[in-house]
Amino acid sequence: MTLPSPMRIREMVRKEFRQLFRDPRTRAVIFVAPVIQLLMFGYAVNTDIRETATFLIDHDRTLESRKLVDAFRATGYFEVVGRSERPLDLVRALDHGDALVGIEIPKGFARDLAAGGTSIQLILDGAESNSATVAQGYAQRIVQRFALERARQRGALPSGGIELRTRAWYNPNLESRVYNVPAVVGVIIMLMCLLLTSLAVVREREFGTLDQLVVSPLTHQELMLSKTLPVAVVGVIDLTAIALIAVFWFDIPIRGFPPTLFLAALLYILSGLAVGLLISTISRTQQEAFMSMFLFLQPAIILSGFFYPIESMPSVFRWVTLLNPVRHFLEIIRAVFLKGEGLATLWPQYVALAIIAVAVLRLAVARFPKSIAA
Amino acid sequence: MSLTRLLAISRKELLQLRRDARSLYLAFILPLVLLVLFGYAISFDIRNIRMAVLDQSRTPESRELIESFAGSGYFSVVEHLETPADADRALGSSAVRLVLIVPPTFSADLAAGRGAIVQALLDGADANSATIAQNYAEAIVSGYSTRAVARGRRVTLPVTAESRVWYNETLESRNMIVPGLIAVIMSIIAAMLTALTIAREWERGTMEQLAATPVHRLEIVIGKLVPYVAIGLFDVALALSVGVVLFGVPFRGNLLLLGLLSLLFLIGSLGLGIFISAAVKSQVLATQVAMLATFLPALLLSGFIFTLATMPIVLQGLSYVVSARYYVAVTKGILLKGVGASVLWQDALAMVVFAVAGLAMAIGVFRKELA
Repeated sequence: MTLPSPMRIREMVRKEFRQLFRDPRTRAVIFVAPVIQLLMFGYAVNTDIRETATFLIDHDRTLESRKLVDAFRATGYFEVVGRSERPLDLVRALDHGDALVGIEIPKGFARDLAAGGTSIQLILDGAESNSATVAQGYAQRIVQRFALERARQRGALPSGGIELRTRAWYNPNLESRVYNVPAVVGVIIMLMCLLLTSLAVVREREFGTLDQLVVSPLTHQELMLSKTLPVAVVGVIDLTAIALIAVFWFDIPIRGFPPTLFLAALLYILSGLAVGLLISTISRTQQEAFMSMFLFLQPAIILSGFFYPIESMPSVFRWVTLLNPVRHFLEIIRAVFLKGEGLATLWPQYVALAIIAVAVLRLAVARFPKSIAA
Repeated sequence: MSLTRLLAISRKELLQLRRDARSLYLAFILPLVLLVLFGYAISFDIRNIRMAVLDQSRTPESRELIESFAGSGYFSVVEHLETPADADRALGSSAVRLVLIVPPTFSADLAAGRGAIVQALLDGADANSATIAQNYAEAIVSGYSTRAVARGRRVTLPVTAESRVWYNETLESRNMIVPGLIAVIMSIIAAMLTALTIAREWERGTMEQLAATPVHRLEIVIGKLVPYVAIGLFDVALALSVGVVLFGVPFRGNLLLLGLLSLLFLIGSLGLGIFISAAVKSQVLATQVAMLATFLPALLLSGFIFTLATMPIVLQGLSYVVSARYYVAVTKGILLKGVGASVLWQDALAMVVFAVAGLAMAIGVFRKELA
């Protein structure tokens, strides 16, 4: 095998760059789309439960029932958006999606509370199961605290007991954005790499220019290398731009050493390009390439730990995630941004990324001759 | 407008699709893959949260408290730490999500009725999981606390909350996701299949040929839509049957209403896809724009996974021009809530507007291009 020639690669890279930047609209999309995506994603992926729309039915209307409602509102997790006497109005509010939670306080609540035994109803909109689960946890906690306080006041419970003090590290206010925005950066970069490379080879074939390239003195490695280099450059520029937006616009703390992130980004971009090229060599039309890209991207996002914790997946899927470059990069970028970790603890993820990148790239180069014949 | 010419265009489009059979297969495989992943792989059900313990008290009481964490099913104690510094390493390396610290004076404080304090350090990076872990930990500690101070006496709390969950009684994530997923799949189909259809004709130079035929632009647009609407409706049926039969997602509403509104949604989204395709004329660009204009909004601003109510006001406003928003409300409403037209008429009306607008945009862009 002959070594790749730097001169031939340089010429080919120039051609690729020209092709990429010739169309001003493409140029705009390459650099503007990631920014729009980050701004959209960054604000949208907010899974915090605050001021949950709550519908109140208070049949009791006493000082005690108002105190319980105040306990709900004081936490900031619940906001009473409507109240009524008739249970039918609650049904309407939940059916229309105007409220997510209903609280029903029974008649005689204050009396039964004093006598030592009553209960309230919480009605949750299970169609929003994530929010409902979290809201349920908060509501139970609020009622329990209220109950313990009353029990203590009445002397039914000796004083003392145990208090749990919690402190959240890395993200003291438990804002979901802090965790999600770095992950969004990773997903956008993968999307960009795939979009730009998955059409690269198949496009030349559809236009009939692939034959010209094949009869040129370029070797397959040189051809693939020159297809990847320009996109890698674009990827690094995009990553830097949106990482800066994450830090300065979204106020995501960066506690680690930025060059560690850069090294990971290079490996990650390389693995993304490799997957894109592989898709491009397998596909016969641009449409097919676009759809195959989706077929890779969607599972890669779902199985990356982006919003669904990997540890709650069934074990088969947990194993599959090890093959997923997005998973490894998200672990690195989150740990470097939020926890200030470095290579010392994250080296397994780096190794995994490197192995994936090299393996898929080799596969794509090996597939290439067949894609000419197709 | 002539039906023969319209059908001829549809037939041509169908032949072209069949020629590219792999794309067609992908249009059916993709929804299945997404359904299986969302149905089997993911869950917000958080159990066996890994935790570490730093027991500085080492008394029967502290062991009992730790035992009640392990016995709850929500936590599994994977590490016993020696010094507070270990907590830093355990949380930093993501080995555990929570560290429970029981101070040396724990048992003495508890016995004296002074109020003992235990500390929980959470890995706050993943705010969602941390919040859920925090809720569980509070419930466990307060349960143990009540038992400990009561010393064998039965204590009944004066008030409890009984939860009832409507529409999705077991709070299964998949029941929430499958209805929304149908909308997302439809958006993907619209983006992937139609966004390239006209751009391809331009790139291959067949657009002029099409323009030179006596076919009216209305016939081209509708003729091109028909096969994709059929594919889209087939995908809806496929996703529904897998969701309802395999995953047991409830179907409580009216099938006919859902079919009708799905048709409206498809016409609107496919029209938008054709508009994009005809406007940008390049397949590479069309994929990018379709991604930004149809798929991402459908994923993010439709209320599919992310609750619209917690978003900033600008995004909430933006979501009103995302047709998937109305379609997700419709699928969730019909499948889970079993509501009908009396509740959904506003969403239905919005989808009529989108369908008309999508068609008008697709036809309008042709007038300009072919003049």
